[in-house]
Amino acid sequence: MATATKETGNGNGALKYVGTRPWRPDGVDKVTGRAKFGADISLPGMLVGRVLRSPHAHARIRSIDTSAARALPGVKAIVTRDEMPEVPSQWVPAGEVQVNYRDMSQNVMAREKALYDGHAVAAVAATSAAIARQALDLIEVDYEVLPHVIDVREAMQADAPLLHDDMFTQGVEPAPETPSNVFKKVYFSTGDLEKGFAEADVIVERTFTTKPVHQGYIEPHAVVASAGEDGQCEVWCCTQGQFTVRAYCANLLGIDIGKINVTPSEIGGGFGGKTVVYLEPVALRLSQLAGRPVKIVMSREEVFRASGPTSGGAMTIKMGATRDGRMTAAKAWLAYQAGAFPGSPIQPGCMCVFAPYDIENAEVEGYDVVVNRPKVAAYRAPGAPISEFAAEGVVDELAKKLGIDPAAFRLMNAAKEGTRALYGPKFGPVGCVETLEAARSSEHYRTPLGPNQGRGIATGFWFNIGGESCATINVNEDGTATVIEGNPDIGGSRASIQLQAAEALGIPPERVRPLVADTSSIGYTFLTGGSRVTFATGMAAIEAAGKVVQQLRERAAKIWDIPVDAVEWEDGYARPSGSNAGDFEPMSLAEIAAQAGKTGGPIAATASINAQGAGPGFGTHVCDVEVDRETGRVTILRYTAVQDAGKAVHPSYVEGQIQGGAAQGIGWALNEEYIYDEDGRLENPGFLDYRMPVASDLPMIDAVIVEVPNPNHPYGVRGVGETPIVPPMAAVANAIENATGIRMTDLPMSPPRLLAAMDNGGANGGA
Amino acid sequence: MTSLRYEAPETVEDAVRLLADADGEARALAGGTDLLVQLRTDLVRPGLIVDLKRIPRLMEVSANGAEIRVGAAVSGAVLGKSEAVKAAWPGVVEALELIGSTQIQGRASLGGNLCNGSPAADSVPALIAAGAVCEVAGPGGTREVPVEDVITAPGRLALGPGEIVVSFVMPKPPARSGDAYLRFIPRTEMDIAVVGAGVALTLGEDGVCTHARLGLGAVAPTPLLVEDGAKALIGTKVDDEALAALAAAASAACNPIDDKRGTVEYRVKVAGVLARRAALIALERARSNG
Ligand SMILES: Cc1cc2nc3c(=O)[nH]c(=O)nc-3n(C[C@H](O)[C@H](O)[C@H](O)COP(=O)(O)OP(=O)(O)OC[C@H]3O[C@@H](n4cnc5c(N)ncnc54)[C@H](O)[C@@H]3O)c2cc1C
Repeated sequence: MATATKETGNGNGALKYVGTRPWRPDGVDKVTGRAKFGADISLPGMLVGRVLRSPHAHARIRSIDTSAARALPGVKAIVTRDEMPEVPSQWVPAGEVQVNYRDMSQNVMAREKALYDGHAVAAVAATSAAIARQALDLIEVDYEVLPHVIDVREAMQADAPLLHDDMFTQGVEPAPETPSNVFKKVYFSTGDLEKGFAEADVIVERTFTTKPVHQGYIEPHAVVASAGEDGQCEVWCCTQGQFTVRAYCANLLGIDIGKINVTPSEIGGGFGGKTVVYLEPVALRLSQLAGRPVKIVMSREEVFRASGPTSGGAMTIKMGATRDGRMTAAKAWLAYQAGAFPGSPIQPGCMCVFAPYDIENAEVEGYDVVVNRPKVAAYRAPGAPISEFAAEGVVDELAKKLGIDPAAFRLMNAAKEGTRALYGPKFGPVGCVETLEAARSSEHYRTPLGPNQGRGIATGFWFNIGGESCATINVNEDGTATVIEGNPDIGGSRASIQLQAAEALGIPPERVRPLVADTSSIGYTFLTGGSRVTFATGMAAIEAAGKVVQQLRERAAKIWDIPVDAVEWEDGYARPSGSNAGDFEPMSLAEIAAQAGKTGGPIAATASINAQGAGPGFGTHVCDVEVDRETGRVTILRYTAVQDAGKAVHPSYVEGQIQGGAAQGIGWALNEEYIYDEDGRLENPGFLDYRMPVASDLPMIDAVIVEVPNPNHPYGVRGVGETPIVPPMAAVANAIENATGIRMTDLPMSPPRLLAAMDNGGANGGA
Repeated sequence: MTSLRYEAPETVEDAVRLLADADGEARALAGGTDLLVQLRTDLVRPGLIVDLKRIPRLMEVSANGAEIRVGAAVSGAVLGKSEAVKAAWPGVVEALELIGSTQIQGRASLGGNLCNGSPAADSVPALIAAGAVCEVAGPGGTREVPVEDVITAPGRLALGPGEIVVSFVMPKPPARSGDAYLRFIPRTEMDIAVVGAGVALTLGEDGVCTHARLGLGAVAPTPLLVEDGAKALIGTKVDDEALAALAAAASAACNPIDDKRGTVEYRVKVAGVLARRAALIALERARSNG
């Protein structure tokens, strides 16, 4: 850490650039259309790749005949399972989730079976899109259609169609002797559940369901891959992690990591969905076979049929509280759909379900279940929104039964510093109480409501992560600086890293240019996810800046011919200090940089860290709705989202994250769902019928930032990108209950479902 | 490889000839907001596209004597600027203006909306309520077809090979008339109607309804003219009882399917709700058109 910089530690009041709102470094290029996204890359001699996808939800692939397609002039390469290496089963940690290379390989190209509508079975590279399309029509796949299963509870039945013959549920004793669709059981408990429920005066138990929802990024997956004759490979793609793409391509295709260079493009949204690979290994394999670069861009239909989403879940929650408002016991049963391969975010779902509260006696049991749908991918706070939606509904109902204001009830039980989380650790300083208090005391929370209107409140929790990051700072000869880092910027992180580096160097942010580098130009950096970048890569940038400042002091000491200890760094200037104070005019960073050649060479430094101590994030949302009793339409009238940011480095982009999370959560609550026909084919693979909110569906979302500093970051930063998607579903459901008296337990709370529930006098709309 | 020929004739006769003489599949092109999307997603693969936008007759709006005439390829943005049409048939203009977004409005036309053949097309129930008639030109000459008779099944039209819609003709409404169109979509825009209801009515000096038409969309394989809806209103003061009868007639006329956009039960109920709400707006307009 930079010992001589002034702004280390939590001297938040003294921060000069952190907390300001300059233009984002990538802003102008994005609004003028100059920014290069995944599909904007083109190379000489490039071929067009297209993927053939299974029309069946579950089918054995008897044979694939590509001979007619290969004979078509213009077709340069075809990849099926036969051209992809067989990869052994191996689980590796990938940030918030675990991935298995065998499953990943079989997901990018089906092997024995096609496991969902849209599963890739072959890919073609041709000289034009029309030829590639024609070639796909000429590939003959002989399928034996098998019974399929879409619903999570049905998939858990003993007689359900089996996706994988070799899947024996992990985490149950004794180990099962027959295979099933349940990959694993997760279990946590604390205290004495029976005693807890015995102490309760009021107990509420409810069963909930949520639907899988897509991350809905506006930019479809896109890649250009080029494999050279010497075995060197180049990949350009839109991804949240170029190092992840590199590792996955290397493992799936058996290539040395050092032979692959991955350059991330600008990214048109990811939200967790671009932390995995679909096209990249296939394009690279096609390029190896064709000897030419290959570009593949998904259509929107392919994005829906074959990528993302996050899990749907089935949940039963039981909670008890005393008459005076103390939660005494909580129990959760959760089953999450993983899609066609194991790996739903059931673990974080279980860990988060009761995290906002200090409850002595609790038990959580969770199941990871495979079904014939696309394999789930991370989506903002993976797993947490699903289970917390259910728990926050029960918390609200408890408050109502007890006759206690729902915000006050939450406050009475809120997690704080020292609260032991159900899954083990004690919280450090956290902002759960602060967000609740800010919500409760807001003007919004006290404003009266009209007829058919209701108000809901909900709190949400997410861990946030740290992890491996590198940053390099190069001081240029005119005194500007470049910060090179390895995290694709999906949420304004270039701005936040720029600001942190500027703060640590003591020069204005517009003199610091951030750059996201390819995998060969910066050290290993874990992907953009887990709300880690501003925290972890920001710390790497601060540490690199500290090293630069040390060099600047050394250079000044050399010029002045005084000991380095007698030079202090303040506000971008070297100043003689101690007994030398006042002996020389202070020298600016630019003045020292101009003489770098004479004083020892270029000034540059790299920091490589594994950041620990990410501060957990809490948020509390307040939502007002109006319900049309004749059509079931829900209008969001007003929405306030409060969140603890630790320290908002660039408040506009923190607000943007909060607003974006709330907007996506509202879509999840009200209309988004996958609709499958009887044969397991997706009926709504487009934004027309997969109904994400449009701008006019939402009021301006008021974002309120609360700052409870994270002691593990020099400026107090916590991640902010994920927590805001956790509370909305419950906030909306609680508001609908407040307006209508009807507790909606199944998402989405779409007009037909809500109208049916109202017409049935309160019974829910069905799963 | 397939090739695609594009023609942009300047007369109705040339357009008809090109379409009628085509070997393979030929398509007329108005705004292209349906057709180009279908081309891009491989839903249609025509060999010939005949752009209608260079033909003056299809791009004109005129109001003379007892008639209002709207060219079939006039865009929503242009129609929205026509004071004459807005004064006479605000519901029709509003229905066309509901389509898509600002970008789509620059292109989307009444002719394209109708001839795409969707039971959920927004402007169609409003045109049916307005009593609009299509002027159709074809190899055999010109004929008139009421809007409610154009769509015969989803994606199927009562137009022969080479026939195109040239314009929509609506009567100039008498005093004390009003119309309105409402649709239900789960979002606020950029969505397809789950139910659409258009109502037009005329009141006598005594406030008794003398003329009414109800058009419904998205509740049957084709857009519907609901005769019983008109009967529910004519001869009444459009009071609560009449409105309830209108709603019941609307619900009874529905013959929908369960699909990704709504259940049968839901569509039947909401059709009644929207018919009543649209009638209330039309009534308000009729009363202020004294
Ligand atoms: C983003 C988006 C949003 C949309 N939202 C809506 C909506 O809210 N409501 C709605 O109803 N629709 C909506 N649509 C569909 C479409 O915009 C409308 O149906 C529009 O009115 C079509 O008009 P057009 O001029 O673009 O037709 P085109 O695409 O040019 O033509 C449509 C069809 O009609 C045929 N055709 C066109 N003109 C004639 C003619 N004069 N004679 C004979 N045949 C003809 C064409 O051959 C083609 O088959 C939307 C489309 C998009 C892309």
